[in-house]
Amino acid sequence: MYKVAVIIPCYNEEKNISDVIRSVHAVNHSSLYQLTPIVVNDKSTDRSSSIASNENCVLLDLPVNLGIGGAVQTGFKYADENNFDAAIQMDGDGQHPAEEIEKLILPLINNEADIIIGSRFITGEGFQSSFWRRTGIVFFKMLLKNITGHIITDSTSGFRAVNKKTITIIAHQYPDDYPEPVAIVIFAKNNLRIKEVQVEMKERQGGQSTIGGFSPIYYMIKVSLSICFTYFKK
Amino acid sequence: MEIFPFKIQLISIAGSLLFMFFISRLIVKGKLREEYAIIWMVCTLFLLLFALWRNGLEIVARVLGVFYAPSIIFLAATFAIIIFLVHLSVINSKQQKQIKEMAQEIALIKQRSKSV
Repeated sequence: MYKVAVIIPCYNEEKNISDVIRSVHAVNHSSLYQLTPIVVNDKSTDRSSSIASNENCVLLDLPVNLGIGGAVQTGFKYADENNFDAAIQMDGDGQHPAEEIEKLILPLINNEADIIIGSRFITGEGFQSSFWRRTGIVFFKMLLKNITGHIITDSTSGFRAVNKKTITIIAHQYPDDYPEPVAIVIFAKNNLRIKEVQVEMKERQGGQSTIGGFSPIYYMIKVSLSICFTYFKK
Repeated sequence: MEIFPFKIQLISIAGSLLFMFFISRLIVKGKLREEYAIIWMVCTLFLLLFALWRNGLEIVARVLGVFYAPSIIFLAATFAIIIFLVHLSVINSKQQKQIKEMAQEIALIKQRSKSV
């Protein structure tokens, strides 16, 4: 049986977290793989932690708020220590439908790549995100293509699955803020194979975007710098 | 005419010594790590040197070709402050990384102790 950790970073998601965990169990009926929801509570100030502790999941409670990168990495560390074959990152706000998980896992089981990224933009179905976000994604696509040689249509997508080899690498090195585009550079530097598959995403059901608040321009500059520095870092 | 420079010299020497005493006390009380104290001690020694050696600044200025001698002090001080701020940022980044790793470790250990 292929053991899959479904890592759900959670910051003040008391309205969604139950549904997200249950939706994972609802699709956990394959004979090929077994899904284990792992909720990483990033020091939520609401009841997220106690709600999640009453659900059937592994709960990792961070003692201080680390931000999305540090939270997700905690999940990868757990998956690494507990010998999982693969890990899926899935947002705690209901943007990533559990029904799409299989599309990410099957290519991993068939060893088509080391990382499978769920993209909204291969055929363009489902929720397409805001104008600013799309502009940023096109920009990162160009930047990442020049730096890594990979063409990633949806570099900000947090809905991705990675195999065991990748888990071990990112358990030790993972970017802190806005980790998704920067992680692609880490994948490329470790010569990992990346593949994108079309998935449908929904608009967030509640909670706050990790990008909201800051201006999109600031986000783009910060991530671009981070991408370049990560490439040159040893 | 001579009395004024002498006065400021006394103040400088007293100030430097007082600062050195202050730093020493912080180390003795355990409020300042020796590794950070060294840079402060070196700075104080420099202050003391130029406070005692009155023509020193003029000589250094002449050697470097600086027209207005006191501007060397401003340049050196600004430079030292910037270097020290970068040094603090490096320490800060290192500590942030250590805190992150400890927080993650705590979360994993908490989970393990619950499942036993």
